[in-house]
Amino acid sequence: MNRSRRNAVKAGGVLALLVAAGIRPALAQGQQWNQAAFAGKTLKDALAALGAQGAATSDAIVIKAPEIAENGAVVPVGVESKLPGTQSIALLVEKNPLPLAASFDLPAGTEPSVTTRVKMGESSDVYVLVKADGKYYFAKKEVKITIGGCGG
Amino acid sequence: MKRSLASLLAAATLIALPAAALAQSTVDEIAKYRQQLQDGNPAELWEARGEDLWKQKRGPKNVSLEGCDLGKGPGVVKGAYAELPRYFADADRVMDLETRLVHCMVTQQGFSFADATRRPFGNGSSRSEFEALAAWITSESKGVKMNVRLGHPKEREAYQIGEKIFYFRGGPHDFACATCHGETGKRIRLQDLPNLTDKAGAQLAYTTWPAYRVSQGEVRSFEWRLYDCFRQQRFPELKFTSEAAIALTTFLARNANGAEFNAPAIKR
Amino acid sequence: MADPMRIRVTEKDGLVTVRVLMSHEMETGLRKDTSGNVVPAHFIRTVTATCQGRVVLSAQWGTAVSKNPFLEFSFKGGKKGDKVVITWEDNKGDRRADEAVIS
Repeated sequence: MNRSRRNAVKAGGVLALLVAAGIRPALAQGQQWNQAAFAGKTLKDALAALGAQGAATSDAIVIKAPEIAENGAVVPVGVESKLPGTQSIALLVEKNPLPLAASFDLPAGTEPSVTTRVKMGESSDVYVLVKADGKYYFAKKEVKITIGGCGG
Repeated sequence: MKRSLASLLAAATLIALPAAALAQSTVDEIAKYRQQLQDGNPAELWEARGEDLWKQKRGPKNVSLEGCDLGKGPGVVKGAYAELPRYFADADRVMDLETRLVHCMVTQQGFSFADATRRPFGNGSSRSEFEALAAWITSESKGVKMNVRLGHPKEREAYQIGEKIFYFRGGPHDFACATCHGETGKRIRLQDLPNLTDKAGAQLAYTTWPAYRVSQGEVRSFEWRLYDCFRQQRFPELKFTSEAAIALTTFLARNANGAEFNAPAIKR
Repeated sequence: MADPMRIRVTEKDGLVTVRVLMSHEMETGLRKDTSGNVVPAHFIRTVTATCQGRVVLSAQWGTAVSKNPFLEFSFKGGKKGDKVVITWEDNKGDRRADEAVIS
């Protein structure tokens, strides 16, 4: 068994064997990962890598996030885009070392709303970037991070 | 001149806001944060592991924990946590959940005490069976009213010892549990401290442990909570499944009687 | 092999809501362990959700998604009995797929 197959088997199970043999199971879409965007060290860099430098503000983007988060390790963020033709939603935390946290592609039929939890290193604006009908829009909300009580 | 007057006035307005109002809005916002976290508690991942651990054949005797009696009969998990700690005749002592699990691991699965208690609390890379088991077993008491009884003399004794420990001042800070938890409205930074000498405070506090602790990324049990309080008080280490831990748990659990058990919860 | 996800799928008036809890460290690569060594980044990079084989969501994540990630989203066109599959792949090539049936 050649090395790549051996490593694939170590990674786990039948799925890995199939992948090593060149058979892509219907589940694994072999998705791209936007390295440049996730490596962006500033909001500006991340937006540029996403092609969203010219994004316009929009109040049709609703952000549900707490004003104060007890712990920056887990900050719940819910987004709803009321923009027609919403194709994708991205979450960026301006003051994080790497601002781009997540991006979601929504096929037709999927509701333009997602909820997840992000890490915030410090109090910061949370930016939500929406791509609708080929154009970019954004909204932001400030979330303050507190120091917890005993021993964090 | 004008500008500095304006800024003086602005500053004065800020100071004029009563401190209580500022504090209340902060409290409200934090409550909203906690509320938003309720749906989707990572503790469910521990619950799944705990259920597996209960049913898995383990130890030198290769037996599962399904024969373990948590107080309501061998293998009966539903509602068991709401009645713990309690006296167990087969061990002739009062036991809390972890102590009882260790008892079953030793007597039924054949583990040595040392092996069974090697990892009371997990820490990222190394997991503790107890946190997973506690997550599942306590989830099976969700919605059940706390009902710790003091019918047996040893149960009453454990309660009294627990009460004494609660009020016992010691350590380099001369703290007792009561120092932080004996009055309403106390807080450490922005963490409000429950008043455990008040019925409502005691009920709310006890019925929300174990909890997925967001700051640790782990499910933490009640024994962990006591262990960590002792650490913060700079007390000597509270030994896992010790008489002191069991006694203090008996005191606090009994004080929560009547309240609906509501864990595993999710906390900061 | 990573721990299983917890997937809850509900359907009401044709709208399917999916809530997933994934078990993953989501290590940022910025943390140091007790010996002072940097803990290498280990995080989910891509997530795909399908319903009866049709992609209903695809996501790209960075290290800022919280540990033990939670995800909630909704889509139209699913009905009771349909199979929803969630798959994630992380930066080390580990993968996990779990499924749930719309109830």
